[in-house]
Amino acid sequence: MDQFTINLLFVGASFALYIGIAIWARAGSTSEFYAAGRGVHPVTNGMATAADWMSAASFIGMAGLIAFTGYDNSTFLMGWTGGYVLLALLLAPYLRKFGKFTVSEFIGDRFYSPTARIVAVICLIVASTTYVIGQMTGVGVAFGRFLEISNTSGLLIGACVVFAYAVFGGMKGVTYTQVAQYVVLIMAYTIPAVFISLQLTGNPIPALGLFGETAAAGGEGSVYLLQKLDQVVTELGFASYTEAHKDNLNMVLFTLSLMIGTAGLPHVIMRFFTVPKVSDARWSAGWALVFIALLYLTAPAVGAMARLNITNLMWPNGTSNEAVSVEAIQNDSEYNWMLTWQKTGLLDWEDKNGDGKIQYYNDQSDAMAAKAAENGWEGNELTKFNRDILVLANPEIASLPSWVIGLVAAGGLAAALSTAAGLLLAISSAVSHDLMKGQLTPNMSEKSELLSARIAMAVAIGVATILGLNPPGFAAQTVALAFGLAAASIFPALMMGIFSKRVNNVGAVSGMLAGLGFTLVYIFLHKGWLFIAGTNSFPDTVDGSLLGIQSTAIGAVGAMINFAVAYIVSMSTADTPQEIKDLVESVRVPAGAGGAVDH
Amino acid sequence: MADQSTHTKVAADGAGYWTANIRIIVISLIIWALVSFGFGILLRPMISGISVGGTDLGFWFAQQGSILVFLALIFFYAWRMNKLDREYGVEED
Repeated sequence: MDQFTINLLFVGASFALYIGIAIWARAGSTSEFYAAGRGVHPVTNGMATAADWMSAASFIGMAGLIAFTGYDNSTFLMGWTGGYVLLALLLAPYLRKFGKFTVSEFIGDRFYSPTARIVAVICLIVASTTYVIGQMTGVGVAFGRFLEISNTSGLLIGACVVFAYAVFGGMKGVTYTQVAQYVVLIMAYTIPAVFISLQLTGNPIPALGLFGETAAAGGEGSVYLLQKLDQVVTELGFASYTEAHKDNLNMVLFTLSLMIGTAGLPHVIMRFFTVPKVSDARWSAGWALVFIALLYLTAPAVGAMARLNITNLMWPNGTSNEAVSVEAIQNDSEYNWMLTWQKTGLLDWEDKNGDGKIQYYNDQSDAMAAKAAENGWEGNELTKFNRDILVLANPEIASLPSWVIGLVAAGGLAAALSTAAGLLLAISSAVSHDLMKGQLTPNMSEKSELLSARIAMAVAIGVATILGLNPPGFAAQTVALAFGLAAASIFPALMMGIFSKRVNNVGAVSGMLAGLGFTLVYIFLHKGWLFIAGTNSFPDTVDGSLLGIQSTAIGAVGAMINFAVAYIVSMSTADTPQEIKDLVESVRVPAGAGGAVDH
Repeated sequence: MADQSTHTKVAADGAGYWTANIRIIVISLIIWALVSFGFGILLRPMISGISVGGTDLGFWFAQQGSILVFLALIFFYAWRMNKLDREYGVEED
């Protein structure tokens, strides 16, 4: 059986499983559609949250970004896990106590203002749609590779699958399906990593193998994996793997943006509405992070080991000897993956100096210029290596058995689909429940509410697909922008709603608008308006940017603006009414979940 | 803190419960920031003398250590708060 058939078999079997579960647990009522009838155990909920959370960005994108940058992209690891601390300590138990379905419902009630609710809905839609664009990028890469078609066709097919899938059921169908998806995706991520860690370090646990020893160049003795990696990448003129090369300000702000954004994204927060009790909401965040950490502790090992493997493949006899020959790439089975990935247009090479070898090195490095001149190299010949292909190509790079490759295919799609489905659910509930039923047509029937939810899903996926054809960055980078938007708009409003009795309707609305507006404009100034390439006013680099802060890191600043504006405006306008102060009091204590506390 | 009324059930709007909660949150968040922004980024040069598997402690905190601390913090908070709920008699039925 060839690899293509095996991939289809694995992907097909896993899809049959998810769809089977979705049909079995189909949502009947609106309550089930949005919040699974509040009957989900914390461990189950944690696993579903983890699947929901770990998207194409975590699964497909993140290790690739770490692999080619090293320490500097640790920000993704800290940012996307640290947010759970904020969620568990500052939001989850209180929002569960409040006991409604959606995030904007809380904002509308707490700030006693339909305007606040609508503004929250807009913030949610902007952040979630940006997030779906990132997912679609990952979906395109995954489908493109496994159907062996171009990235664009992959994206279009993927969009249809995501839509069909998300329309099937609401939260209840999604919750149990997502448990299955978690199992598939975590196996798909860790099994190849275990193989590779064993190959390179002899340690079956990749997280420990990262700090373990590997065979030294030339086969004599052993050396720490990270030291060897530092050595080979610097010999090729690349920045060292373990040292810091980015300024502290951008690293801190970027990490903070991801953290706050995690705690402000509706599809994650919604999960905490589905546990039976307030105390369960606290545990749920912990369980979610346990399941997430299994992947996140493995990811840096996947990145480092893949980088070492790629370098070894391109320089089979060490970096000081001859590079790999074009002939070997065409004929040797261990280079097969390069041929298959070339078809997607995401990987490419070119023998620029016509010496029959492919020299992979950093042609931007001054130190390499002399060496290149001496050896007759005319630039880096591994001309294209899209970061998003690294994880999917990883088992092939390491020459692992074909069933492992099929499993990774299924896992990558599970990651992208589960998150896309969760996000579409969040967008559709924002539109149908908050906007339509909440504001525009309060008397609409449950049936038309479900219908408008599905129409909203279709529109969202259409927009995301169009924008996903020309994404503003690699999957994980686009997703990082979504986090910045959520950080700047939703999180501050939720936190102030719980921790301050003084912040009022006008304050919250001004804060959200200021935070979202500032962040969105800053991103568009650097990434292009509506992410259309070429319409940006500033280059998206640290030095060229408007404030010396990259667009991916600006969400943290937007959040601070949101807090400051909300506070100042609230202090200079009327105090909150007594019933709102009582509402805040009741949200703060777990007792009596379901109704307000007597005074 | 809890010692002022551990055995008396206070009213549900008891300021003591909330103050105690805020104190636990603040301590947890200081640790949260210390391991990630501190050891992982800003204070990395200060602890670079401690080597871990071919690199330094700051690299470990940035890539793995902070995640493990985050986990411990969330479970500690859940355990501590569920205990605090009972001390103040504000737990759910």
